[in-house]
Amino acid sequence: MTDITIPDPVIEVEKFNFYYGDAQALFDLNLSFPKKQVTALIGPSGCGKSTFLRCFNRMNDLVDIARMDGNIRLHGTDIYSAGVDVIELRRRVGMVFQKSNPFPKSIYENVIYGLRIAGIKDKAVLDETVEKALHGAALWDEVKDRLSESALGLSGGQMQRLCIARAIAVNPEVILMDEPCSALDPKSTARVEDLITELREEFTILIVTHNMQQAARVSDYTAFLFEGELVEYDKTQDIFTNPKNKKTEDYITGRFG
Amino acid sequence: MDITNNKSESLWRKGEPWVWMTGASLALTLLITATLIVVVMVNGLGVFWPANLQQLQMKDGTRVMGEHIKQEPMPSGEGDRAQFKIGNREINGLDFRWINLPDVTETTEPKDAVAIEREEYGNFYGYLTGVRAPGLEGTEDQDVLDLFHQKKEVVENLEHRIEALADRIQVLSKQMQELRLEDQRLVYNGVKDEDPELLDVRRMHNALREDFTILLNQQDELRAEQARYRLLLEDANGIKIDLPLSHVVRLYQPNDMGTGSKMLFYGSKLIELFLGEPREANTEGGLFPAIFGTVMLIFLMSLVSFPMGVIAAVYLREYAKDGPVVRLVRIAVNNLAGIPSIVYGIFGLGFFVYGIGGTLDQIFYPERLPTPTMGTGGILWASLTLAILTVPVVIVSTDEALGAIPQGVREGSLALGSTKFQLLTRILLPMASPGIMTGLILSMARAAGEVAPLMITGVVKLAPSLPLDGEFPFLHLDRKFMHLGFHIYDIGFQSPNVEAAKPMVYVTTLLLVLIVLVMSSVAIHMRNKMKKKYSSGTF
Repeated sequence: MTDITIPDPVIEVEKFNFYYGDAQALFDLNLSFPKKQVTALIGPSGCGKSTFLRCFNRMNDLVDIARMDGNIRLHGTDIYSAGVDVIELRRRVGMVFQKSNPFPKSIYENVIYGLRIAGIKDKAVLDETVEKALHGAALWDEVKDRLSESALGLSGGQMQRLCIARAIAVNPEVILMDEPCSALDPKSTARVEDLITELREEFTILIVTHNMQQAARVSDYTAFLFEGELVEYDKTQDIFTNPKNKKTEDYITGRFG
Repeated sequence: MDITNNKSESLWRKGEPWVWMTGASLALTLLITATLIVVVMVNGLGVFWPANLQQLQMKDGTRVMGEHIKQEPMPSGEGDRAQFKIGNREINGLDFRWINLPDVTETTEPKDAVAIEREEYGNFYGYLTGVRAPGLEGTEDQDVLDLFHQKKEVVENLEHRIEALADRIQVLSKQMQELRLEDQRLVYNGVKDEDPELLDVRRMHNALREDFTILLNQQDELRAEQARYRLLLEDANGIKIDLPLSHVVRLYQPNDMGTGSKMLFYGSKLIELFLGEPREANTEGGLFPAIFGTVMLIFLMSLVSFPMGVIAAVYLREYAKDGPVVRLVRIAVNNLAGIPSIVYGIFGLGFFVYGIGGTLDQIFYPERLPTPTMGTGGILWASLTLAILTVPVVIVSTDEALGAIPQGVREGSLALGSTKFQLLTRILLPMASPGIMTGLILSMARAAGEVAPLMITGVVKLAPSLPLDGEFPFLHLDRKFMHLGFHIYDIGFQSPNVEAAKPMVYVTTLLLVLIVLVMSSVAIHMRNKMKKKYSSGTF
């Protein structure tokens, strides 16, 4: 299981179980995620990695039949305890989805959406944020002349980077990425992967991916989940070169999954 | 295996008969709609074109003058017969007459024949022989038409003075009415006859009544003065008529008019139609009060049903937990849209008019009972009734529009830390707006065409005043109103002179169709704009 100790954990998961109604999806998970590092969650379809990812910003709250026990702590605070403001949590833990989901607004408005809903009106702040976030998402040069155009006119890869810009515009600590490249062509995928590597400087990133090469390329740590259980968690380098568990080895070498 | 096929079967396989059938049924639908519109347009648009006056010399020596309306073969098969509008109701009794054409020896169109639209007794067709007016002796050699126009101006000036007096009389009578109500209220509250307040009210009332009588007398004098101006007319057979000039709405000589002056005439009739008040039991004159009532009714209805429906749909789709109850509610809402409108009308009468209106009367105007103030039909109750009739349409379309928004967009907003309310107002409602607009268009179109529920909740054939005017508090939601749909029913089927009302029925129908069309076009234009702005593109 957790074979390593994480020096400076941002998120700590302890004895975490998750259920959809009567069906248990996650079993007794214990692990921590390191600060300003990229951690990949891998595993075969249906192993619960997306469900797990959605626990960190409580997106699972939207599912009526979902319930859980155990702890997930962000800087030591249990995010499921009674006093936690979900809105504030989601501002600190951003998310990028599998399918890009820009709003039917202008590129500019998309980027500052998080600021707008937080009530920030200062034009100078907004302008600065847009430029910074789009630079951060490596999109600025492509869209700087058409910020007022609809975001729906962008290409698929641009849209996904816009969603990343939108997420980093509110300056979160953690960014959750749920298979962010699964709907993109190889070229766009490469750009997003480069971007992830750059974002690591500032943000703690958790990424769910089906693509072994991608996990190997972009992540510092890798957790392998299988049927809702954590099978192996280690530095990416170690897990891909020297997996300790037979299942991990089978999965990353493509024997199943 | 043989993959070739015999011919008859391959015809079915290609599906051509099926394609023909679908095409044919579409064509049939279009044809019916087109026929309806063409019939209404042809009949409606032609009404105001001044037709030539024909004078027929009959075999029996009499003469007939009138507008040719239509012609058809006689039932006996001996030649044709034609329908003429002969007017002159006080002489002929009827406006229309069928004439067997074999009985006609000669047809002429005399240039000096005049047609007169009158305040009473419908049109007059015949000849203008003279004008009688004070100070007009010795001008017999002057052209009668010029004299008419001169004196018409004088009569109109008198008319303006009479109207000005009428306005003052109306103000006075309103003040008297208020004093009477105050009197009634004091008596109802058990005030004694010798109470100073009550005596004051009665004194003021009496003072007003004196002014009122003086004004009435002045008005009578002006009327008498006006009545001295008269037109001397003769019909085709030489029967003389002495017509007060003030009864003349329009006098024209259609046989002497060129296309240009006919177009001017047409224009002036159109202006009268849109801006004028109805005359002659609604069969003549303008439709302004009915147009105004219809538009205002639909507007008020939208003002209620639009927010109500959207908010209800938001709850149903966004907040209510999906389950059997929600599904049941959806089915129920869908079925609500299919309930006959008269049922809503009766509900509106019972709930709004008698229930709410009656209760308001008991609380605020108990002294006026049993005369109802709010507890009688009015534009507010009628629009509320229409609102509950159309709200299911808005709910269904909003619900469907919200349901069509991809889940990813909701998650995207929530994941950025938006509240559910921010998600709704900033993302979901704008994205659903084209669908919501569709619902609004449908509900407006339905409301514009409803007549049955209005008939028992406040529509009248002739409303004394508009529900919106310059008198405080400007918006009089308790007033009764006129409506184009009811107008059609009223003049087409309740009028004593159905034949004379027919043109007006076509015009009113055309106008109602046009109003629905204009309102829908505006809404569709807005929807397309929104669609462009919020189209979900590639998700």
